[in-house]
Amino acid sequence: MIDRHIGFVHALRESGLPVSLAEGLDAADALRHLDLSVRENLREAYAATLVKRPQHREGFDVLFDLWFPATTQGPPKHHDGDPREELAELLRGDPNTPEFRAFAQAMVERFGQVQAGPGRQSWFSYPVMRALSPQTLIARLLGERGGLPEKIARQRIATNIAAFEAEVATDVRRRIAEEQGRERITRSAVKPPIDRRDFLRVTKAELAELRREVHPLARRLATRLSMKHRKGDRGRLDFRRTVRASLQSGGVPLTTHLRPKRPHKPELVVITDASDSVASFAQFTLLLTFALREQFTKVRAFAFVDTVDEITGYFAPGADVLDAITRMTGEADITRFGRTDYGQVLTRFEERYASALTPKTSLLILGDARSNYQPPNTETLKRLTEKTRHAYWLNPEPRNQWDTGDSVASGYAAVIPMHECRNVHQLATFIEEIA
Amino acid sequence: MTWFASPSEAATRLGQTGYLSDDSIATSVFLAGVLEKPLLAEGPAGVGKTQLAKAIAEATGADLIRLQCYEGLDEARALYEWNYKKQLLRIQAEDDAWDDIFSEEFLLERPLLKAIRAERPTVLLIDETDKADVEVEGLLLEILSDFQITIPELGTITAGRKPFVVLTSNATRELSEALKRRCLYLHLDYPTPERERDIVRAQVPGIAETLAEQLARTAATLRALELKKSPSIAETVDWAHTLLALGREILDEQTVAETLGVVLKHRSDQQRAAKELGLR
Repeated sequence: MIDRHIGFVHALRESGLPVSLAEGLDAADALRHLDLSVRENLREAYAATLVKRPQHREGFDVLFDLWFPATTQGPPKHHDGDPREELAELLRGDPNTPEFRAFAQAMVERFGQVQAGPGRQSWFSYPVMRALSPQTLIARLLGERGGLPEKIARQRIATNIAAFEAEVATDVRRRIAEEQGRERITRSAVKPPIDRRDFLRVTKAELAELRREVHPLARRLATRLSMKHRKGDRGRLDFRRTVRASLQSGGVPLTTHLRPKRPHKPELVVITDASDSVASFAQFTLLLTFALREQFTKVRAFAFVDTVDEITGYFAPGADVLDAITRMTGEADITRFGRTDYGQVLTRFEERYASALTPKTSLLILGDARSNYQPPNTETLKRLTEKTRHAYWLNPEPRNQWDTGDSVASGYAAVIPMHECRNVHQLATFIEEIA
Repeated sequence: MTWFASPSEAATRLGQTGYLSDDSIATSVFLAGVLEKPLLAEGPAGVGKTQLAKAIAEATGADLIRLQCYEGLDEARALYEWNYKKQLLRIQAEDDAWDDIFSEEFLLERPLLKAIRAERPTVLLIDETDKADVEVEGLLLEILSDFQITIPELGTITAGRKPFVVLTSNATRELSEALKRRCLYLHLDYPTPERERDIVRAQVPGIAETLAEQLARTAATLRALELKKSPSIAETVDWAHTLLALGREILDEQTVAETLGVVLKHRSDQQRAAKELGLR
């Protein structure tokens, strides 16, 4: 048990969870008090002592299932009938039952093995999902049609399908670990937590998850920023409060109170690339800047593909964010030929919106600096940045891909500070710096 | 004293007070008891973090001492304070009182000191820890790891009986590593529809099972939408109370549209829900 405990803690560290020595000891201490035959208690005991951030929980669960696999219940039950019928039945019920898991395991057993190379077999999830294709069952499972009941039923089945998919993936990993050793799969099984995933490679589901993170993140940033503003140099003596406080000590002013300093709030102008290649990054960043609007005196946003238009109006306070994005791509005049052209856009911006930039503004440009081999117009950008107080460029591509192909990143980087901004974590750090 | 004998016993006893737990809650509550470590409960508003501390106190028959954190909370409000006015009066009344004005008589106990000195079993709830300034965390470190407080004039006071400490946080800022390291961590999230149904039935006596089920499923559907603020458990329970007061027995489109304001508090969220769920 000790070996397994140490191995598990080691695997957690390797996959990026910060587990301190003391926390490892706490976990070992916790195990002494528990009935180890109850697997869920063991899992939760480890989680309570080692996982101190919700983003890390997903990776933790994957590793836990590898190091402490669930026992398979006896010889597999025969699933003679049509497995799709059985799945349909299970999807109607509660996914947290042993039958649900046993069925997932049986299906992996039956469909999951695939020839991975000459003389080599391995386990995969996709043949299982293809054989059963649960998505096609949805139509049949929806009992009631139309309106609210249908929405609710649809949501319920979708959740159950996701649970089934997760069970299958877990069992596939367990089988691979059994055959090829745990260490091999440990490294590939754990995805980085959501705030470290690359914007340019997120899936649709992850993008929705990211959007849901916008408001909590904005709130966290706002708290930290207002705390930063309050600290540091304080202003002049607040005479009234000092005298008021001195009453408590008999008129002797023991503690002085100072007026808070007026916070510095910059004006923000965001120019964002709205083309498909960076859409997820641009969307997320726009949402975040608008969620943070209280931290700035004014926020104006412009979007472009090969011509530029103002989009501030779509993000009015209280407006629905998804609507804003759809309307922005549909209504705003940002596309003429549909190929990104940074040089052309900079010229147009200077012609139409140069007045937006004043010595009080911070300019923020979002984009990958891939200009389809058109002239980059670096001079215009230089003129624009000179009119502003600060100017920054956020590039969602990893630094080592800058200047490859049609990217003119370092050309622009010569006139404007360019930051690599691949994930939420880097973005949050950056915003905290400028506000 | 042992607080709970096993995770399953913790679950049963919390259940008797009307707090429905799951594996992770029961296990971490049990461990916090046997390891005598503070329990840090983090999660969105309205998922029952504060309620958990109350339920623990009720289930074990312990006293509950609550420290509500806010910006600007300081030692004098959290730990102890000397009663200046009384000290001044004493000095003015007796000339030789200089020696004994720093004694028990002039000490004003605040929640943390009170919990440390408590004779009876005590649950100490430090609510919304993330709202307090970073300095307060430093203050908590000594108390949470050694359960002792040093008062320069009186010496070090050590807890005779360690309190059961529950810290809650809405994660508006990240708590320091040092504080997290000393705590057991419990992330409370929105429940599964099955559990939420049971919570609604436990909290709202007299609600029909089908209605509770519909409520829980509808809440789960609302949470799947991209909303500014997802409905919390507390709001689902309010919703159940509302429907009961209105005498509704089923949750159809009409009823949802009329009472959506109970669970969604942003106009844009209401519009989005109305659109996605096909109301009106």
